[in-house]
Amino acid sequence: MKSDHHVILRVVAKGLIPIIALFAFYVQFHGDFGPGGGFQAGVIIAVAVILYALVFGVPAAMRAVPPVFTRSLAAIGVMIYAGVGFWALLQGGNYLEYQALFHEAPGEHHGQHIGILVIELGVLCGVSGAMLTIFYAFAGRVAEIRDEDW
Amino acid sequence: MHGTLAGDIGIALVNVFFLAVLFAAAIAIARMRSLFAIVMLAGIYSLVSAAWYVAVDAVDVAFTEAAVGAGMSTAVLLGAMLLTSRTAKPEKLFSRVGPMLVCVMTGAALIYATVDLPGLGDPNSPVNSGVGYTYLQINWHDTGIPNVVTPVLGSYRGFDTLGETTVVFAAGLAVALLLGFGERSLAEMIRKEDRTSLRQKPKAPEAPATDEDPA
Repeated sequence: MKSDHHVILRVVAKGLIPIIALFAFYVQFHGDFGPGGGFQAGVIIAVAVILYALVFGVPAAMRAVPPVFTRSLAAIGVMIYAGVGFWALLQGGNYLEYQALFHEAPGEHHGQHIGILVIELGVLCGVSGAMLTIFYAFAGRVAEIRDEDW
Repeated sequence: MHGTLAGDIGIALVNVFFLAVLFAAAIAIARMRSLFAIVMLAGIYSLVSAAWYVAVDAVDVAFTEAAVGAGMSTAVLLGAMLLTSRTAKPEKLFSRVGPMLVCVMTGAALIYATVDLPGLGDPNSPVNSGVGYTYLQINWHDTGIPNVVTPVLGSYRGFDTLGETTVVFAAGLAVALLLGFGERSLAEMIRKEDRTSLRQKPKAPEAPATDEDPA
């Protein structure tokens, strides 16, 4: 980077970004027990990458998380979610019927837990990929944020 | 709102405080011309409304508002702001009359509608007595997941959530198709920088996703 005006910003952001990403995973996997879930976690992960892009420049972020990857991630997320539905179909149940995933009686909850975990993973991938794609589409037109823009 | 006021004066004061901050932020946004300040105030507006959602016990909504409204949309608006000029054009006084009439009428209709609203947490309100109450009763037997919001979104209304995920995907796809994928202007620059800085990698059109810090 040419300018050194934002050295405090960079130091603080570098410490914060891993914590933001870690918090996203906490939100993702704790969604069964507290507020949160795939959508919020996906947005938080996207925000971590966006913070990196804002502070260190979009080219650096694109090298770490390439746009091809974010686009594919969004598509893969939707496919994971829809795939759970087809998994239930193949097991003889209705579309997205988690109870049918492991052929369980109505009192057992293994299929519900696994099904919701997997679809939340799909939502995480889909949302974070789509959000980053949108951000790259906007920010990719300006290579670097100039000093007077802050 | 009478339920809130009857319940606890402290909660009512918190509500009034948050709504007053929201009102002040909205007035400030409407009166400002600098787009950067407007984007920042919009983020503050989202953050305050998230805090207010916590005060009325809508924790999941608050979470989404804080992540999407204060985090994501602020960042995207900043990115969009860089593509345009930094200040909004001042419009003519005459052209403000129509929007103001629409705002006043909508506001009056909304205030009129609040007269019929049930009190906060009223057990006889349609929200709490109908399908919501049924979910609370049968959720534990059906799914065994403690947070009722998660099975309602993922299990009882899994089709809706699949539709939402598809909508988010479609939105990302539409923006990418309209604005370009974003890397077109940058890909050449990244490639050039890679060629000059990393001689051992002669051709790297898309750098691999490493976790080392390139800065």
